[in-house]
Amino acid sequence: MTSTALRSRAWKLLEMVTTPLLPSDYLDLVSPLRAGADLRGRIEAVHPETGDAATIVIRPGRGWRGHTAGQYVRIGIDVDGVRLWRAYSLTSPTNRPDGRVTITVKAIPDGKVSNHLVRRAKPGTLIQLDQATGDFVLPQAKPAKVLYLTAGSGITPVMGMLRDTEFDDAVMIHSAPQPQDVIFRSELHDLVAAEKLRLTEVHTDIHGMLDIARLDELVPDWTERETWACGPAGLLDAAEKHWSEHGVPERLHTERFRPSIVATGDGGEVTFSTTGRTVDADGATPLLDVGEEAGVLMPSGCRMGICFGCVTPLKAGAVRDLRTGEITEAEPGVLIQTCVSAAAGPCDIER
Amino acid sequence: MTAIDPTAHLTAEQIEELGRELDAIRDEVIASRGEKDAAYIRKVIGAQRKLELASRAVLLFSLFPPAWVIGTAGLSVAKIMDNMEIGHNILHGQWDWMRDPKIHSTTWEWDHVSPADQWKHSHNELHHTYTNVIGKDNDLGYGIMRVDEDQKWHPFHLGQPLWNFINACFFEYGIAAYDLELGKNLHKRRRNNPEFRARAKAVGRKIRKQVLKDYVVHPLLSGPSFLPTLAATFTANLVRNIWSHSVIMCGHFPEGVQVFERRSIKGETRGQWYLRQMMGSANISGSKAMHFMTGNLSHQIEHHLFPDLPSNRYAEVAVKVRALFEKYELEYVTGPLPKQVFSAWRKVVRLSLPNKKPKAPVIVPEREKELVAA
Ligand code: FES
Repeated sequence: MTSTALRSRAWKLLEMVTTPLLPSDYLDLVSPLRAGADLRGRIEAVHPETGDAATIVIRPGRGWRGHTAGQYVRIGIDVDGVRLWRAYSLTSPTNRPDGRVTITVKAIPDGKVSNHLVRRAKPGTLIQLDQATGDFVLPQAKPAKVLYLTAGSGITPVMGMLRDTEFDDAVMIHSAPQPQDVIFRSELHDLVAAEKLRLTEVHTDIHGMLDIARLDELVPDWTERETWACGPAGLLDAAEKHWSEHGVPERLHTERFRPSIVATGDGGEVTFSTTGRTVDADGATPLLDVGEEAGVLMPSGCRMGICFGCVTPLKAGAVRDLRTGEITEAEPGVLIQTCVSAAAGPCDIER
Repeated sequence: MTAIDPTAHLTAEQIEELGRELDAIRDEVIASRGEKDAAYIRKVIGAQRKLELASRAVLLFSLFPPAWVIGTAGLSVAKIMDNMEIGHNILHGQWDWMRDPKIHSTTWEWDHVSPADQWKHSHNELHHTYTNVIGKDNDLGYGIMRVDEDQKWHPFHLGQPLWNFINACFFEYGIAAYDLELGKNLHKRRRNNPEFRARAKAVGRKIRKQVLKDYVVHPLLSGPSFLPTLAATFTANLVRNIWSHSVIMCGHFPEGVQVFERRSIKGETRGQWYLRQMMGSANISGSKAMHFMTGNLSHQIEHHLFPDLPSNRYAEVAVKVRALFEKYELEYVTGPLPKQVFSAWRKVVRLSLPNKKPKAPVIVPEREKELVAA
């Protein structure tokens, strides 16, 4: 018998010993970060960055497969006893000797998770983790010239790249309301002093929003640069338009933290038929949130329409895709992404 | 036997007002659920697992009598915790709001031969909706006993003290059979119903796993202590069964608890539904430890009013609920465990015989809420 076969036999036997629980339910009591456990992490430190941003140092469990600079990770953390999942960019270099990773979080108004992480999270807290993902990353071959166009917390994935890779010619335009709001400001200035980066800070409280037309004057050779842009939807929409108009859309890589919502529907009564719960939903709230509010266990992932971790059969009725306004009607086999779909009338979700 | 409706003095408006007051109590708890509650259930689950592990470890040496006694006691308590404060309450969805997939009514499985999903249907849906409605709520005597004068007597009932005792000893099997509605489904025609067969198979699978674990695997692991360990797990199961049976009997059987007619729940309002839960349930008084070991089903009245509120909050809710009973001049049936158990058993024995005198006419209150007092 091979050793894997042996091991699976032994595991089967252990399961007989622990039924109806699993052996892992007991192992989790003593070693939640072990190899083979559900992926978790432990918060080891929280370092303030600005008045409303902090870097969270996390020791990931043994199952962590590492990340590529620019990627994000989903974390599940209990806030007031309720497990909430959010995605944050990784800001640590990929080869940190102590194996820790960091995320940097900016508290957004009314943001349950972000405020909790920035202001209340305690070292020692166990959190749930997913593997790192996302394709807002550098190509295999290092580009000769790069441009980073960032605003607010859009700096975080880019910081991950800057800490990871040294560039010969890197330019950054970063917007923030005031100088003290610039996350990683002193580290950025160190890079500038070491001549590893050219930086333009736009302080929007003083200068107003960055006008994309000013790009020619700030970075005359921008069309030759491989560009990574991350920030609010307005900035990214303007950038996408600008790059297309100049015939170089393939040079622009963007990362959105939230889906841009274009359309809301009528709402209606939503039935979660497997669990037998029925609630009224408006036309703007994603069905994922509606279900979670109603106590239904909803699968989820990125919560912004990209990972398909939330797909669920639509058994009856119609839903509206919040990003496109498109209506999907129930038919056998129809699956919807609950994180970006809202009720467009009464509907039945198989959960 | 008298047929006095103990709620006859309430007007329809008062009943709806009572409903609103109960809703307010519920909303208050829901709004304040949080970190402390989550920490509570996690702590209880962790403690249960450690206790079970430790007890099973001690039982490996159960050849030595002190080890046998300690291990058996520990395992009995662990099994009671698993079924009562943890399993029953999680399967009610009391902790679903935490959104933790490991502590959720749709994923939880317990140390019990009835599979969680079947139990949830018969208990959460049927029993909690139709509490104490004759012919609708099979918990009233589990289909094998007569627990109200109004139920027809049959010579079969002569044996019910014995049925009840056997049921207490093998309670988990009784529940599994009950969830399967075995009595009704064993008739020739129903036996072959594919849906019933699938459910029966699931029960069979669960029983096999549980029996294998308790009576084969763990005794084998104990080597020379095989037989003592087997006796220990058997004893722990027996203790757990008798304990949960007793607690559950106290919930609806003691004297003073009302039983309702099928017709009385037609068009029932929210207020009336609450009132039926109030009059159809009974509590057990006692210490904190007592409430814990009963899975807070000692607060049966509160549990029936709010089956999905976290169990650790029933104690504080009980104070407010009791005040409402007083305000509306209703009887809050409660008492210490021995008294309630005795009261329930006395009823089982009494009703094993036919009614003494002809049935008194049922008084139908004006608002047409027919209710039969025991
Ligand atoms: S959660 Fe990622 S697509 Fe819906």
